[in-house]
This record gives sequence, C-alpha cells and structure tokens, in this order.
Amino acid sequence: MSERLSIGLLDELEAESIQIIREVAAEGERPVMMYSIGKDSSVMLHIARKAFYPAPIPFPLLHVDTEFKFPEMIAFRDRMAREIGFDLRVYSNLQAVDEGANPREMGTVRCCGLLKTRALLDSLKLGGYDLVIGGARREEERSRAKERVFSFRDSHGQWDPRRQRPEFWQLYNTRLHPGESMRVFPLSNWTELDVWRYIAREGIEVVPLYFAAEREVVERNDQLIPVGEGTPLLPGERSERRLCRFRTLGCYPCTGAVASSAATLEEIIAELEQARLSERTTRVIDHDQDGSMERKKREGYF
Amino acid sequence: MSEPDILHFLTAGSVDDGKSTLIGRLLYDADALYDDHVAALRRTAATGNAEMDFSLITDGLRAEREQGITIDVAYRYFSTSRRRFIIADAPGHEQYTRNMATAASHADLALLLIDAEQGVSTQSKRHAFICALLGIPRFVVAINKMDLVGYSEERFREIETEYRDFAVRLGLANLQFIPVCAVSGENVVRRGTNMAWYDGAPLLSFLEEVYVAGDRNLVDFRLAVQRVIHLPGTFRGFGGRVSSGVLRCGDEVMVLPSGFRSRVASIAVGMKQANTAAAGESITVSLADDIDVGRGDLLVHPGNVPRERRELEAMLVWTGDEPLVPGGIYQLKHATRWLKARCDTISYRVDPNTLSRETVTALSLNDIGRARFTLFTPVLADEYRRSRELGSFIVVSISGNDTLGAATIVDRTDYDAELKTERAVPDRSNIVWHQGQVTKTDRSAVMGHRPATLWMTGLSGAGKSTVAFALERSLIDSGHPCFVLDGDNVRHGLNRDLGFSPKDRAENIRRVAEVARLMNEAGLIVITSFISPFRDDREMARQIIGSDRFIEVYLSTRIEECERRDVKGFYKKARAGELQGFTGVSAPYEPPDSPVVLLDTELLSIEESITVLQRHLEQYYEA
Repeated sequence: MSERLSIGLLDELEAESIQIIREVAAEGERPVMMYSIGKDSSVMLHIARKAFYPAPIPFPLLHVDTEFKFPEMIAFRDRMAREIGFDLRVYSNLQAVDEGANPREMGTVRCCGLLKTRALLDSLKLGGYDLVIGGARREEERSRAKERVFSFRDSHGQWDPRRQRPEFWQLYNTRLHPGESMRVFPLSNWTELDVWRYIAREGIEVVPLYFAAEREVVERNDQLIPVGEGTPLLPGERSERRLCRFRTLGCYPCTGAVASSAATLEEIIAELEQARLSERTTRVIDHDQDGSMERKKREGYF
Repeated sequence: MSEPDILHFLTAGSVDDGKSTLIGRLLYDADALYDDHVAALRRTAATGNAEMDFSLITDGLRAEREQGITIDVAYRYFSTSRRRFIIADAPGHEQYTRNMATAASHADLALLLIDAEQGVSTQSKRHAFICALLGIPRFVVAINKMDLVGYSEERFREIETEYRDFAVRLGLANLQFIPVCAVSGENVVRRGTNMAWYDGAPLLSFLEEVYVAGDRNLVDFRLAVQRVIHLPGTFRGFGGRVSSGVLRCGDEVMVLPSGFRSRVASIAVGMKQANTAAAGESITVSLADDIDVGRGDLLVHPGNVPRERRELEAMLVWTGDEPLVPGGIYQLKHATRWLKARCDTISYRVDPNTLSRETVTALSLNDIGRARFTLFTPVLADEYRRSRELGSFIVVSISGNDTLGAATIVDRTDYDAELKTERAVPDRSNIVWHQGQVTKTDRSAVMGHRPATLWMTGLSGAGKSTVAFALERSLIDSGHPCFVLDGDNVRHGLNRDLGFSPKDRAENIRRVAEVARLMNEAGLIVITSFISPFRDDREMARQIIGSDRFIEVYLSTRIEECERRDVKGFYKKARAGELQGFTGVSAPYEPPDSPVVLLDTELLSIEESITVLQRHLEQYYEA
C-alpha cells in the first residue's frame, strides 16, 4: 500500500476545524456550540464528534429557538440529540414570543433584534459561556469576510471591527476578562460548496427541507416564501405549489425557497457548481439595509 | 484528476496601485463572482459612473467604504478546477501593519502590486519586508497599469531590476514578475495583444501552477498535544495537529519535556483508523504505554528533537498599544502552551523602508525589531525557518489580554554571523597560512602531555577562578606547562574594548578561544575561566579550539549558593538594579547540554574538584 501523504482540500479544511474546536474545548472555561440545525451546524456537529471521538463532545450545544422555525427542523434537532447523545440546550426569548413578536407587524429588523440577538445574548449570559462556537463562514457576507476565527466580544457581546485582535498562525489568544467572550468560527474558510461536498463525502444527515419537493409557496419580492399557519397570504396574493428547495434555513416567514429540482446531494452539488446567485439572497433580513449584517454583528448577532 | 489543493495568498499594495481592481478583475474574469454580488456592486457604484467599483468587493466594513481604504484583512474564496484560492486582502497602510502581518502568517505566497508609473515605493518595500519576516517563501510581483507606460518592456525590466536588488537583501530568491493591466484585464486571467514581449504565464495560470507542496516539512515530526481524549476504562489518546513530519503506527515516540518514550499504538482521524499521519492533519494518537502526557506536551521522534530553550531570541512585529520594554513581563503562547517571560533586551528596531537598524528602548505599535526573552519555564522550540508552528509565538499583555506581538524565533548563531559581517572583515585574499616544521606529536613529546583546553563555565561565584588557579598550581607542580585565561584578567588588556552586551560577550569568547587555540598549538594546557553564558558562544569556542581539545567543565553550583557567597558583591548590586545584564539576575545563563565534567562546588571541596579534573586529564592524555 502506498502512503498518501498529500492532503486534499476537504481534509485540510476539516483538520483546521478540528484544531479550532479542540482549542476551544481546551482553553474555554465554559465553552458552548451554537446549533441552528442547518447544514453548517450539521457539519460542525460532525466535526466536533470527530475531534473528541471516542469520547463525547465535552460541551453543550445551544439552540436559540425563535419559535418561528420549520417544524421539520425542530423534529430533526430532537432526533439528532437523541441519536447522537449530545447535551442540547434550547433557549427562547419567551417574553417577546408571548408579546407576539413577529416580522409582519414589527419588521424583520426589530423581530430579529428580539428573537435572535436579544435571545442569544441572554442565553449566553445565563449559561456564563465564554467561548461560543458558531457556524458562520467568511464567504457568506462581506463583513464576515473580515472577522477573525476567534472573534472578541466585549461584556455586552458587541463586536468592534476596528479593534479586532490580530490573529497570527494558529496561535489563538483566548485570554478574557470576566464577562467578555469570544465567538469562534471553525468553518471560517469553508465555502457553501465545500459544505455540501463534505456532507456527501461523510454521509452527514441534514434536514429534508434542503432537498427539492413540491411545496406550497407564494412569490413575494422575487422570493418563494412558504405558506403555512404562521405565514398567511397578504391581500391579493395567491399561493401555488412549486418544485423548490431551501438553500439556507432560518425562520419560515423570512426564508425564501429557490426553484430547484435538486433532490439528492449529487444534484445539489451540481446545481451549486452552476450557481449564479449567492446563498444569502434567500434571507430576507440581509437585504434590509446596506451593511445590515455588520450592524447586527456589532450588536451581538452571529 | 487529483483533488484540488489550497493556495493561501496575500495581496499587498495600495488602492492607488490598483489592488482592489486587480482582485476584482481576477474574480470577475475567473467567473468567481455571484450575479447578485455583481449587481450589488453596480447598485452601490457612484451614480453616473458606469464602471464597477471592484474595491467594494473587498472592502467589507462601512468605515472602509466610507473612507475608501482597507483597514482589515478581508478573505475571499474562489476555485478553479486546479485549485482553491484563499485570498487574504491585506491593508497597505503603515497604520495597519499588524493586520498585514496577520494575513502574512497564513500565506504560501505574496502577491505584491507595483504601479508601473510610480515604480518601487517605500511602501512596497515595507510590504516585502513584512512578508519576508513571516517567512512567505515566494512572491509574485504584479507590475500594474502597464497601459499608462505604453506597455514598455524597458520600464518593466527597470522596475524588476530595482525590486530584485532590494529583495536579495531580504533573502528572497523566489520572485516572479508579471506585467498586467487590471483595468483591461490583460495578463490577469487572459493574455492580451499589447505585451507580446512578455512570454510568461498570466497571473491566474501562474497561481494555478505554482508548486507549494514542497513547503511542507515532512522530515521533523512534531505534534503539540491540544487535548487529552479520555474515555474512562476504554481509551486514552492525545489530540493534536501534526505540525510537521510523518507519524506511523508502531513508531517510537518521545514525550517532551518529560522524555518518556513509548510506541504509537493507534492513529485516528475522527472515527477512522489510519496507518500514517502527515503534516497538517488533526489526529488522535494513542500510545502503547500508560505514560503521563498532557496539553502542552510535545510528541516527537527520539532521534529528532527540538531544542529546549530558556531564552527566546526573536524577530517581532509589535501590534499592541502597550509597548515592549526590557524588564517587562508578558504572557506568551507557544504551540499549545501559555507561559510567562521577561523581555531582557531589545537588540534593535528595523526601519522597514530602508532596512537600517536603530537602537531603541522600546518597541511600539507597528514597530518591527529583534528582542530576547527569558522564560519562566523552558520550552521546546525550533527556529521559525524550520517550523512555522514551533518557531513562532505570540506576546500577550498580562493585564489587558491584548495580543501585543507576533514573534519568529531565530537562533543566536545567525546573530553571530551578522556580527561577523558587521565588523568589516578585511580582505583576506593576500593572507596565506605558513606551514611550520614542528608537528603536534613533536610538541607533545617535549611537553609530556597532549595539550587541551579546559573550558570552565558557570555563574559568577560558582568557583571557576578558584578551581582554575588551584588546578594550574597543581599541574605546574607535577611538571605540566599550563596557563589560566581568566575572564577578569583578559578584560584588562586583550579585551578591554568590550562590554557585556550579547554581541560583546560573543566577541570576548571568540578572542579568548583563538588565544587558547594558539596556546594549545604551543603545547600548553589551557584553563579558561569565563561565565560564557550562551550555548552558541561555547559552541563557537569549541569549533575554534577543535572538538578534540575542548573539554567543557560545568560548575553547576546553585545560584542561591553563588549569591550567598557573592565574593565580589555583584549579586547585591544586580539585585539593587545597579548592575545591568548580570548573568543569573538580569541576563540568562544557558547550561551545557552534556558537559564532559560537572562540578558542584557546594558539594565538593576545592581539593576534591582538582582531583576530579586531574583524573580526567590523565584519561585524556592516554586516550
């Protein structure tokens, strides 16, 4: 048998991610991994298992539930936690949920502020977490392209892009004062296509919403928005059944599907190889304002 | 077709050089931009301006777009069928040197831009210097805006020559020059028709083909343990990323610093077992024996170990608001260990524009310079040029936790080499060596012994001079011609122009070693009595005198005992801060790795010490 000493693209990305996750486990006082149930979270979960195998993942996984997630996502989450056996924590901003926060009436900016950013900051504070792993990739958005792998947050969870700690080699500086924290991004250097190729290579299970199927949707601002109990039709709108899939998964009122017939991993990869649009075009929230992601990140969003 | 690999490259140059346009052009022509990104560019482009502003692709922060500058590194990803490219687009402005150094520490290649009209600027020299400092092995110099100089080959060659002359001074050999026009795209992805005289590849083809796999060090196996992976009663393994070399199942490995040895029982990547692991892989290793291994320990092959160092000599890029000052205490992160260290000296600061060296009392934000640290606990480290992972460390503020600097470890021998070049060495071409008629054997026969140099090293107060003079007395009494070269004595004459800086200490040792060699040649036994705190200096002495005649004697008396004796009152002065650079107090002492004779004068009397040395000399004569 000849030795294979070269290291390919996915192997190198995986090796870097494992190194980052192990560093978090070793240096964090109270580390946690954000789990959003999407494809990136699924890859992160898989890599975390590899990093510590045969021992279990030594930190909890935290899901910030806006209560606007697709039911398929919640079912998938609970089944994964059961089958893999990780320590799942779920947190919602119940006060805002009870007061009826929703994107239709208050707008996506305020709704995200309450159900995502506020809930995230509160849950992190509640858990006293210092190193918080997230699945963001630099390729996704231009302010993310600027962020460090270990990204410092002040005691209010805020990001100051002008005062980022320089990050040399793989020598991550995790030193913090009480109350401060870091967001850590092990998938920083992955692209969307890498994620899917890795899912295919490793046989990682993902939420079925990623695969094409006939779904009841309404076309709104060039987006295919799924219609259901929480997303009623507006006056004058008509829903239709369309063959489509979700390229990213967020809250159902704000996540658009794309017309697609890709029903298998191979077909998704082939589709992406030809893609002319970036994945975040299906997220309503990113288009709200120029630089909206940077602003949200400054306030504490992932 | 083999799986594509990754090329990390850094781009440096200013907006004025057309850097953003070049990157935008590269991505656009390589079909690596999504339509909605292109549309967003068109949307945000200034009204009335039909041209797309490519800088909006890379300048991701509001402040950057508002001010039209790049503040921080932006990462861009694109692929061709050959390769994945990770572009770290680094700011060019001096104020953001730290961000550029961040990008440089991850790069395989640097793409530097020069404006053909403006020529080589001080800024482009500074960029090259930072990239060279962080060990980027190859450079592509894109000479842009060729359209503005009439696509002149002569202008291109002129800039190339000037830049090469500068690069040679940085030790950069691997340089590729490409004439481009980013606005029209000529020689970026496609060839054009205006520069038929250029027969090299366009930029993208060059980046696709440049060979980088050879950068991986597959010789020196090193793995710094990140975390112990423990499943009680079932499994105990060690997780870490192989920084260099290759590990195989069954290999004998050594754990450092403990020195325990065992064999590799298993290697795994996640759930999958492997027979081998090579540089770059994150693995879990288990060993055949149940030995103590923890985070921060190093796994190596027993025949190839890094040096244990109590001092680190390094080039630094200073990134903190808090300055580096001699005497200051800092925390360092080296591989997977945190430790504390004191800065001993700052040798110099480099002016990156001219490469000239300046004496300074501190390194401030964006300064680049050389300094030495004494570690509170020793580390196992390589030189940076041998290993990026074990040859680098970061300096972190103890009070503020900020990352203050990035450091690359250099060996002191380099420093000595520099000293030699600095002291204008006269032309030796007319100096010849005259061979005499008397041989070594002739002399030994007359003297009745084989000449040797007993090199005594140890702290002040360890008993070097006392032992040296007592041994001289006893050797003379038994008929052996000998002579003591004493540290204090030579400084009255031969070396009275030298002080106590590392540089002067090195020169002091060099001269004494030369004298010892001459005396040995003359047939005398020489006993030297110098603190000679640096391993590299003693190594130099060994080479001058000759390994066959050099006998290293380490007086290992504890510092507490030396300080208690304090014969000359130096320790008291040093503790009071009146004496700078005093070995053991404010300057380091590097003990010998394997001295031929070890004497602890706290445990041995002078007579006993002399007996040990005489017995050793008798064995030496007979050998």
